[in-house]
Amino acid sequence: MIEAILAKKIGMTHIYSETGAQIPVTVATTASSYVVQRKSKEKDGYEALQIGILAKKESRVNKAMKGHFKKAGTPCLYRLAEVKGTELDNHKPGTEIKCSEIFQVGEHVDVTGTSKGKGFQGSMKRHNFGGGRATHGSMHNRAPGSIGSSSDPSRVYKGMRMAGHMGDDTVTVQNLKIVAIRPEENIILIGGGTPGAVGSVMMIKKSVKK
Amino acid sequence: MGAIHDIEKAFLRTDLPALRPGDVVLVKVRIKEGEKERLQPFEGTVIKMHGTGVKGTFTVRKVSYGVGVERIFPLHSPSIESIKVMSQSVVRRAKLYYLKNLKGKAARLKVKR
Repeated sequence: MIEAILAKKIGMTHIYSETGAQIPVTVATTASSYVVQRKSKEKDGYEALQIGILAKKESRVNKAMKGHFKKAGTPCLYRLAEVKGTELDNHKPGTEIKCSEIFQVGEHVDVTGTSKGKGFQGSMKRHNFGGGRATHGSMHNRAPGSIGSSSDPSRVYKGMRMAGHMGDDTVTVQNLKIVAIRPEENIILIGGGTPGAVGSVMMIKKSVKK
Repeated sequence: MGAIHDIEKAFLRTDLPALRPGDVVLVKVRIKEGEKERLQPFEGTVIKMHGTGVKGTFTVRKVSYGVGVERIFPLHSPSIESIKVMSQSVVRRAKLYYLKNLKGKAARLKVKR
């Protein structure tokens, strides 16, 4: 059994539990997700399974990758990843991955995705700095303030939090609960929000902590 | 969009009446206190309809002992036992926020016949 799968984020909504509580959920699909390659100790030096998701046009794939997918017997895939697990030989290359076979409802998972890019942002948004006073003639509104001492050390310390590019990072959210699985549509409902925009690919892993 | 629509469809309630801003409604909400469950009535004017589908909500305003009280209900929540439309009013706006600034006789709405 593999420990992680790739899924495409469809969006968010909420559902109601039996007690009438509102549960916010992220809807993700594992449709067109395949096992592509078996990495073995003898050949590659480690045990893993290469999986992929989201079919793409064959004309957009180079010859080397086309051969790779042909060997596995899968469509050309948009995103590939390697996952660990036990009894990997049970997953033959070319077979489709079903989320209902790997995860159960109520199980806890960690979700890794690429967060939404925010562009170049100031220190208030990027690092939650307080900023200055807005009124009473203050001209120190959203500036970071002092970034260090004077002639000693005569430089700014490395790692000083300043304005810069924000978002578009690899982010993991831990201990999310699987609320529901719809096996016939390959759809998985994860309680709470997950990193990344709608349409982005995320990795759903068995929880490390729970 | 299609998949989310399918998921939400199972939670939509069809047994409740359609509401409009200006309606005077009596909402009965199930409230759990420890082991016991009871019904809490809330009667007032719908001043706002918000969102569509399972995400939709409506806001009910009433004046209780001289204090304005507003409560937001999810349209399709299973904890709503029933909604009864007591009367409808003539209103020319979708959001009746102006009622918050009025009190007493001025805060009345014309009843639709």
